[in-house]
Amino acid sequence: MTATQKNTFSSLTPAQFAAIGADLDAIRNRVRADLGQRDADYIHNIIKRQRQFEVAGRVMMMIPPTWPLGVASLGVSKILDNMEIGHNVMHGQYDWMGEPALNSKNFEWDSADTSKNWKITHNYEHHTFTNVLGRDHDIGYGLLRMSEDQKWEPRFLANLPLTVLLHTFFQHFVAVQNLKLEEVTVYKTKTTAQLKEEFKPVWKKMRKQLAKDYVYFPALAGPLAPLVFVGNMAANLTRNVWACAVIFNGHFPEDVEQFPESVIENETRGQWYVRQLLGSANFEGGRLMHIMSGNLSFQIEHHLFPDIPAHRYAEIAPEVRAICEKHGLPYNTGSFLRQTLSTWKRIAKLSLPTPKRPKPSPRKADEEAMAPLAMAA
Amino acid sequence: MSATAPRTHFFANGLRRALTSRLAAVLSYPHGVDRYLEQFVPTQSLTEVRAEVVAIRHQTADSVTLSLRPNGNWAGFRAGQYVRLTVEIDGRRRTRCYSPAQSVHATDGLIELTAKTHAGGFVSKFLQQRLTVGTTVGLSQAEGSFALPDVRPARVLLISGGSGITPVMAMLRTLTDEGHAGAITFLHYSNAAKDQIYAAELAAIAAKFPNVKLLRGYAEANQGGELEGLFSRAHLEAQVPDFAQAEAFLCGPPGMMKAVQTLWADEGISGQLHVEHFSAAPAVVTDSASAEGDVRFTRSERLASNSGATLLDQAEAAGLKPESGCRMGICHACTCRKTSGRVRDTRTGEISDADEADIQLCVSVPVGTVTLDL
Repeated sequence: MTATQKNTFSSLTPAQFAAIGADLDAIRNRVRADLGQRDADYIHNIIKRQRQFEVAGRVMMMIPPTWPLGVASLGVSKILDNMEIGHNVMHGQYDWMGEPALNSKNFEWDSADTSKNWKITHNYEHHTFTNVLGRDHDIGYGLLRMSEDQKWEPRFLANLPLTVLLHTFFQHFVAVQNLKLEEVTVYKTKTTAQLKEEFKPVWKKMRKQLAKDYVYFPALAGPLAPLVFVGNMAANLTRNVWACAVIFNGHFPEDVEQFPESVIENETRGQWYVRQLLGSANFEGGRLMHIMSGNLSFQIEHHLFPDIPAHRYAEIAPEVRAICEKHGLPYNTGSFLRQTLSTWKRIAKLSLPTPKRPKPSPRKADEEAMAPLAMAA
Repeated sequence: MSATAPRTHFFANGLRRALTSRLAAVLSYPHGVDRYLEQFVPTQSLTEVRAEVVAIRHQTADSVTLSLRPNGNWAGFRAGQYVRLTVEIDGRRRTRCYSPAQSVHATDGLIELTAKTHAGGFVSKFLQQRLTVGTTVGLSQAEGSFALPDVRPARVLLISGGSGITPVMAMLRTLTDEGHAGAITFLHYSNAAKDQIYAAELAAIAAKFPNVKLLRGYAEANQGGELEGLFSRAHLEAQVPDFAQAEAFLCGPPGMMKAVQTLWADEGISGQLHVEHFSAAPAVVTDSASAEGDVRFTRSERLASNSGATLLDQAEAAGLKPESGCRMGICHACTCRKTSGRVRDTRTGEISDADEADIQLCVSVPVGTVTLDL
């Protein structure tokens, strides 16, 4: 992007990794020490708004003239619940408050996915092994081909329509993500009996969510039941598409790097930080855009500091960017539209087999460079 | 008032039934009815006891007395019991124990808590200096076995020191409200007259009820009390010669408690002495580099001596299998309740306070003895 930029993961020396780690740790420690009333007020206020949108949405949907407003309101409620509240609370961003309802252990969200499974696939697998092929299941959700290093199979011809499908039913795909369905259907490494057992708790949660949105609330509306049924479907769809788009923009625009499994052997804290930096992308927007995306518009900052309250990312983003410039590392950002188009371009390209490259890929070179580096670390 | 009361009651009951119904639970899933209710009426909850601060007064320069109006979940208390009060300070919830001081027969429905501030008293300082009327606070139900027996003893001796006066104040007020016929001796020690809480009310009670004998002991000289200096056998034998016939209730600072307990033990009448410990455990300053103390796993009832490794490693070494993930402080899978003790964050070197808190086991090393809810 800039003329001064020259570094990649493989060109950094152990000393540079350590320096980047120290710079980022300094930001983290400063913000952690500063957490207080402002952060508590912020999340309390967001929750208050979400609960108001929820109640207003449920009520307005039962009154035909206000139906469209009801759908919009419930859509906003579900988006706030899942992103700025649920996702962030379950990361432990507000554990320090000592408030049981905002504790990552207790919080349950308005989604088909159980908080328990989410914390495994997302907090642990995705955030620890970010963009590491074979370890980060978010790379394609077992459904899509999202990397050139992922072996092409004929099923990936459907990469684009499957992406549309994933957006549409996002909450349910996420709900079964921890079951790793492809291990049963494609790779046959898991038995159906195993799958059935694992599906039980998921179904318990799914059933409650489905009953609420598609049985009880419609029933409350009496003769207007179909209206509420369709309205809830629309609100869920809105949330699904938006959440999926935000997440895809955070990791799949074309310049975002993916890593071979070898990088995580003996990875230092500095290397982990750099992998998060190179494996994430931001998108730009106003305050409302940031809130509605759960501040995942600052995906880079989120991946560096997953348990710092997300509304702080906007404040520290300039510092993170400055650190990137100082060390000659890219800082991937752009408009929502640019990042979305870039993501879909990548998905389209990867639906076809990747032509054999004449020379070893830079990532292969990375892999080789990693060995002495790991030993030095 | 009397005409509308039954109707309000009926309405409130109906609303409560609706909100506690199975349907309300299904519709409010996954957050539950309370998480909506509190957004509209902060003190309301279907199960939790919460209260509104309705008055704040300062009896002495170093104390604060709060009047709290609890919600309908408050089940009352026995004179002498305590409650856990939770307040939000700078975004963090803090919980401390205080004994209500009002009579169990008080008709205003208020809970009266008095806190004395002391050096390092973070929460009591907040209560004294920053808490405002109208704030919603969290409460537990009354707890503790230190309480007046249901069958009131004929001869009662109440002994207290400093802010330990509050539970025995509740006992005194309760007994006088009941027109208790037996003799009651109220023996209270404080540093100086200006520091004594409930001074005016105690004088008024002693003047009104001939069976109440008030004995005030002050550590400083010339304070106008009946006694001077700290608790002693001489005080007791001179002023309460029949102490061996009384049921005694004791609450005060550790030194005083020990002196009284020793005397009662020497007399062979420990069975007649009921005690409440109220002071926080003294802060232990431990060298963070050396591994001292124990790690107590309360739920699994295991005890290990602190090896100096992270709590996750120590738990696993003790044969436990706590949930865990990244082992580097990112994923919060190993977050666990620390019920007491201090820990050092391996990333920052920061040492926590000894309060109850959630900690990440994989990046926490115990500094001295630590108790985990694991």
